[in-house]
Amino acid sequence: MTFFAADGLVINFGGIRAVDGVSFEVEQGQVFTIIGPNGAGKTTIFNLVSRIYEPTAGTLVFCDEEITRVPPHEIARRGIARTFQNIELFEHATVLQNLLLGRHAHKRSRFLEELVFLPRVRALELEHREAAEKVIDFLDLQPYRDSLIVNLPYGVRKVVEMARALCTEPKLLLLDEPSSGLSVEETEDMAFWIQDIRTLLGITVLMVEHDMSLVSAVSDRVLALNYGRPLAVGTAREVQEHPDVVKAYLGG
Amino acid sequence: MRFVFKTSYAQDLGLFRDGVQRNWYLALLVGVAVLPVLVPAYVGDVSLVFIYGLCGLSLMVLAGYTGLVSLGHAAFLGIGSYAHVYVTQDLGLPWLAGVIAATVIAAAAGVIVGVPALRMTGVYLTIATLAFALIIQEVFARWDAVTGGLKGKAVSKPVIFGVSFAGDNAFYFLCLVVLAAGLWLTANLLRSPTGRAWVAIRDSEIAAQSMGVNLAVYKTMAFAYSAGLMGIAGALFAHKIGFLAQDIFSVLLSIQFLLMVVVGGLGSLHGAIFGAVFVAMLPVMISQARDALPAMLSQPFTLFGKAAGDTVFLALDRFVKQPGLEPGIFGLILVLFILFEPLGIYGRWLKLRVYFSLFPLYKAATFRRQKAYMRSERLR
Repeated sequence: MTFFAADGLVINFGGIRAVDGVSFEVEQGQVFTIIGPNGAGKTTIFNLVSRIYEPTAGTLVFCDEEITRVPPHEIARRGIARTFQNIELFEHATVLQNLLLGRHAHKRSRFLEELVFLPRVRALELEHREAAEKVIDFLDLQPYRDSLIVNLPYGVRKVVEMARALCTEPKLLLLDEPSSGLSVEETEDMAFWIQDIRTLLGITVLMVEHDMSLVSAVSDRVLALNYGRPLAVGTAREVQEHPDVVKAYLGG
Repeated sequence: MRFVFKTSYAQDLGLFRDGVQRNWYLALLVGVAVLPVLVPAYVGDVSLVFIYGLCGLSLMVLAGYTGLVSLGHAAFLGIGSYAHVYVTQDLGLPWLAGVIAATVIAAAAGVIVGVPALRMTGVYLTIATLAFALIIQEVFARWDAVTGGLKGKAVSKPVIFGVSFAGDNAFYFLCLVVLAAGLWLTANLLRSPTGRAWVAIRDSEIAAQSMGVNLAVYKTMAFAYSAGLMGIAGALFAHKIGFLAQDIFSVLLSIQFLLMVVVGGLGSLHGAIFGAVFVAMLPVMISQARDALPAMLSQPFTLFGKAAGDTVFLALDRFVKQPGLEPGIFGLILVLFILFEPLGIYGRWLKLRVYFSLFPLYKAATFRRQKAYMRSERLR
C-alpha cells in the first residue's frame, strides 16, 4: 500500500514555477525531510499537501486515496496535521483552547446540542480534554495550560503548535522548520521529541528543515530541492555528499 | 489573591470559575431584580440596557469572537422588529410565534449576507454589511404592506399566553429574562467546539482551516447566530420604542452597536454588557448633566456678584444645549478608549481587579505591553 506519495507536483504562480515536477514517497513510520536553499519550494510543497494551494499538475495520494481535490478542512479529518514556519497559533486564546481546537477534526456535537450544552456535549468535551492532556503530558506543557499565547516565549509557542497538531491524532505530521528560531538546547529537545513522536506515537513525520544536525539526527530519508526541482533523495549522509546538493548550497 | 485549586477537568467546563464567582453573579441578579423597587424612575432606561445588551452580545459574537466586523447590524434589528410586529399584529399570531419568526427571519437574512461575505475580509466585509443595511432601510421605507412605509407602525404592548406585559416593571423583567437566556446560550456555544472554531477563525484563518474548521460553514453560522440574536432583540426593541419608523434603523444605530462592543471590550461577554450600559445610559446622563451642570458650575461665580453668576450660567447653558453635543461626546469617548484602553471597559475592570488583589505589591508595569515582532501585522 502507498502511505503517502506525491507524483509530478507542479504549481505556477503567474510566470514562476515554484514546484516543478516533484515526486516522492513517504513510508509509514519514517521521518522524511525536505531540505533546500531559500526559495527552493519546500513550504510550497507543504501548502500543496495541506491543500491550501491548488496544484497546476500532479497528484497526492494518502493511505491509498487520492487527496488532490479534497478541500483543505477535510485534510485534518483524513489524518494529516501541520505546523507553520511562522507560527499560526490562536494568539488571544489559552494554550488549552488551542489544543482543544486541534480536536476539531473529531468534533461530534451538533450546534443545537451545544447551544443548551447537553450532557452529551459535556461528556464529549471531557473526552477532548483528556486527549489534549495526554499531549500536554507528552510535550511537558503543564505549566502553560492556562496562559494566553501572546504571553508565551517563542520557543514554547513552537512546542504548543506541535502539540496542537498532535491533538488531531494525525497519521502524518507535517513540521515546517520545527527548529527555526530555537536555541541549540531547544533544538536538541525538538530532535528528541520528533524521535518520540515516531517511535512512541507511531506517527510518520514529513518535515522541512535547515538545521543539518537536526536533519541528520532524526531523518530516515532526505529529499533535496533547488528551484522547485528535486536534486537528490537518500539518507542524510548520501544527500549531503551528493555533488548537485553541494553545488546548490555552495555554488560553483 | 485567590487561587482556584483544580481537581477535575469538569471544573473548567463550568460557566463560573468557582463558587465565589457564582455567588457574585447571583448577587448581581438579585441586585437587578430589586432595582425597579430601588430606582423606579430608571426602569425604562434599564430595560433598554438589557435590549442593547442582547444587541451587544450579537455583535460581540460576530466582531469580538469571529473577527467579522459588521456595520449593518441595525438592519437585523429592524428585520426582527418588523417581522415580530407583522406576525403578531397583522397576522394575529401569538407573541412567541412573533419572536420565533423574528429570530428565524433575521437569521436567514444573516445567512444571505454571510454567504457572499465569505469571499471578503476586513474592511471590505464591513463595507458590504453597510451596503446591506442601507438597502434594507430602503426596503423598510418602501414595503408599505408589511412595514407601514414612511408612515411607520404603532406597536401594541406585549401579551404572552394571555398575560399582559404592558407595565414598565413587567417589561423590565421580560427583557431581563431574555437577556439572561441569550447570555447563557452564547456562553454555552463559546465553551463548545463551535465557539472555539469562531475564535480560531478570528486569530488565524489558515491554521483554523488546517485543523479541520470549514471556514464557510462557521462564518455563515456566526452570521446566522448573530443575526438571530439581533432578531430577538428587535422583537423587544419594537415594544420598547412603541412605534416603528424606518429611520430608527439607520447606519447611526449600527455605529452605536459597534461603539458598544469596542468600548465594552472586544472578545468578552462582559464587554457586551458593559458597552450596553454605557451606550444606553450615557444619553440619560448627558441630559441630566445638561440640566444640572450650568447651575452647579456657575454657583462659585456668584461670589463675584449676581451678574457674574448669571453670565456664566447663560454661557454654559447655551453651550450644553447645543445640538450635536451628544454624538460629539460619544465620538470623543470612542477615540479616548481606542487611544488609552483598547481592551475597553472590561479590560480596565480586569486591571482594577488585579490592582486590588495584589494591592501593596502592584507594579505599575504589570500590564505594559511590549511590542512583539514575531509576525508581520496582518491587515485583516
